[in-house]
Amino acid sequence: MTTLTDPPKESFRLSMLLNDTRYRSLTMQAIAALLLALAIVYLGNNLIQNLRAAGLNISYGFLGSASNYDINQTLIEYSSRSTHLRAAVVGILNTLLVAFLACVTATVFGVIAGVLRLSPNWLVRKLMAVYVEIFRNIPVLIWIIIIFTVMTASMPAPSAFRGEDPASSMLFGAFAFTNRGVYVPAPVWGAGSLVVVVVFVLSIIGVFAYRRYATKLLYDTGKLLPMFWPSVGILLLPAILAYFIMGSPIGLDYPELRGFNFGGGIKIGAPLIALWFALSIYTGAFIAENVRAGIQAVSKGQTEAAAALGLRPGRVMNLVVLPQALRVIIPPLISQYLNITKNSSLAIAVGYADVTATLGGITLNQTGRAIECVLLLMLFYLTISLLISAFMNVYNNAAKLKER
Amino acid sequence: MSDTHAQSVAFVRETAIPPAAPPSTAAGPVKWVRDNLFPTWANALLTVAALYVIWLVLSSTLPWILGGVWNTNSLAACREVLDGRSAACFSVLTERWHQLLYGFKYPSELYWRPNLALLLLFFAAAPVLFFDLPRKLLIFTGLYPFIAYWLIWGGTILAPLVALAGFIAGYLIYARLVKASFAKGFLGGIAAAVIVWGIGGYLIPAGASDRAMLEAIPSRDLGGFMLNLMLGVTCVSLSLPIGIALALGRQSNLPLIKGICVVFIEFIRGVPLITLLFVASVMLAYFFPPESTVDLFLRVVIMITMFSSAYIAEVIRGGLAALPKGQSEAASSLGLDYAQAIRLIILPQALKISIPGIVNIAVGLFKDTTLVSVISLFDIVGMIRGPILASTDWNGVYWELLMFASILFFVVCYGISQYSQWLERRLATDHR
Repeated sequence: MTTLTDPPKESFRLSMLLNDTRYRSLTMQAIAALLLALAIVYLGNNLIQNLRAAGLNISYGFLGSASNYDINQTLIEYSSRSTHLRAAVVGILNTLLVAFLACVTATVFGVIAGVLRLSPNWLVRKLMAVYVEIFRNIPVLIWIIIIFTVMTASMPAPSAFRGEDPASSMLFGAFAFTNRGVYVPAPVWGAGSLVVVVVFVLSIIGVFAYRRYATKLLYDTGKLLPMFWPSVGILLLPAILAYFIMGSPIGLDYPELRGFNFGGGIKIGAPLIALWFALSIYTGAFIAENVRAGIQAVSKGQTEAAAALGLRPGRVMNLVVLPQALRVIIPPLISQYLNITKNSSLAIAVGYADVTATLGGITLNQTGRAIECVLLLMLFYLTISLLISAFMNVYNNAAKLKER
Repeated sequence: MSDTHAQSVAFVRETAIPPAAPPSTAAGPVKWVRDNLFPTWANALLTVAALYVIWLVLSSTLPWILGGVWNTNSLAACREVLDGRSAACFSVLTERWHQLLYGFKYPSELYWRPNLALLLLFFAAAPVLFFDLPRKLLIFTGLYPFIAYWLIWGGTILAPLVALAGFIAGYLIYARLVKASFAKGFLGGIAAAVIVWGIGGYLIPAGASDRAMLEAIPSRDLGGFMLNLMLGVTCVSLSLPIGIALALGRQSNLPLIKGICVVFIEFIRGVPLITLLFVASVMLAYFFPPESTVDLFLRVVIMITMFSSAYIAEVIRGGLAALPKGQSEAASSLGLDYAQAIRLIILPQALKISIPGIVNIAVGLFKDTTLVSVISLFDIVGMIRGPILASTDWNGVYWELLMFASILFFVVCYGISQYSQWLERRLATDHR
């Protein structure tokens, strides 16, 4: 009979901190914590000494004082008597505006170019390859400057639209392309316009309801309802009817030449257009590559199997290839959106008043509050990108292949 | 009679017809054009549209480029030569090329120094980029940073020599101690290097730079495309080791180290490079000791290196995650410790997987070096927007300058991405 006894307890020795795997991780982390604390103390001490030497302190009080500068393109009420905080909010809204616009158009450019890169047409394929290579390999800052120069140096001045026989004329009598920006008609919301909008929203919901019903009917009974024309009808007819019943409440305010400049309509400034368009075509080239990779990632057997089942080419694309390709395309697509948001900070190069230009540019220079401004700026961008990556994680979990 | 069929058929051929050439529509260029350009109506329309776009672009740019003027002294003189014709004034390039390439303060009689540094860069990079070259060449790669520093900045040769001596001492100690344990070797190496640098710092006499072999150039005199190249090369090579360390830290199972790495990486990746450059230009000086003056170039290098190391860390983490777990388990079962397993088993495979990603980051970073023009460093974009377009001679000549900058960037970036594709094919050892 042998009995198992516990091995004699080793007494703790100092060398075990380095050589025993049970303790070594603790030692390592203690050293790391120590180094981190030392670095923070050292940098913080330097910061305090430098601030004291410069007679500065850290305070966010400047946000409440009047900004004393004008912003040419604002989405909300703003004047030079508004506070720095409001200027920052104007900047944030402008950043979000250009990021949103550029995301939409970049996706359109990217998807078109990506699909055309796989076209059987040799010439189109090569043309798209040239587009992608040229735009990917030249810095976006240069593209922004190039398009801004196109806008300001090649477009006619508003004065060219004047006179009996003007040198330039407006497109369709509604759009004026000038070197100060593009003037487009602005909608005027009259009495009763709310009804039209509500009807339109309801009909969008109606379209979705109809499509759901049609799918359910298809699965239950095998009966196939027509899709396209009923959807268009449900979408447009009620809104048009409501529009005329309410007596055309929504009008358009056309831009027209008043004095030396255009009045009326909405002015989209040259900096916004330069930034928007440059970010779109630059990022579009990257998105095109993502789209191409995504479509190529769906194995050929899937297409062939779908064809063998008797699906027509359009349905093969819609029902078999695209759902699988989207799983590959969407994660890099979202990080391209993130890149657009971050690259929109280049607005400062063409004078578009985004948050980097207001908070990190003029406010910083006027108040001299470098540390506070830069920290707030980073906080804003960090929030945006954390939100986007949180969204991406949710999507990835939803779209993940469910493996057993 | 039965073998000739003379009675039943009028004519029987007794020899084979020589093979005829296929019809012109089924082979050769006609077939290619039909298959590739006009297979269907929709495709034919696309082809016509594409041809129209190409014609639009070429018909507007080609005459402008070909009719360009190369030998005048100002925009006014150039316009006079053109006489109302619309064509390019490339004379801005022939007159200001040195400013575009080297900035406007770098002394022109010293241009051979950055040129030589660039030439040597090719020799230094070659053994890293092409594995077939003899490994001995890596010694020159190791020496290159010190040579390049000395060539570009000039000043006393003692400074780079002391720095080099520190690295050599550190390496020797490391090589001796690493057999006992990696930690001992690593820490010992760092200690030895720091000691050598400390001693060397005292040995360099004050004012050595004034009577040096190469005239000292302050870094605020650097500019132009040279500045873009320097920032790109320096920051990418510095951020590689930092990125590897960050990626390993993020994979580590020590919560504190992992936390530090995650926070650093996510923070840097969450903010645009411009805000980091603002940090470099207005904020970073507050964190250095009060009496020290760290010049803007170094501060920018610090921030861009942090930026790119976070991105490289993510790429390498992808490579580490792609390795099957069996690799590290096999290494452990062979008795390798963590440092050995990482150095000999994990990293060589993970780095190979992540090379294309690293090259992408490098290209992106090189393009992003143009952003330094926003914080008033005069890189090539800064030179164009600043001194050249603001001068009375060349105020208004945009396209030629922007085209020149675009071509420079395109050549470099396209070259690097072609190299990356070649490398991917070269490294593809799996059988597909």
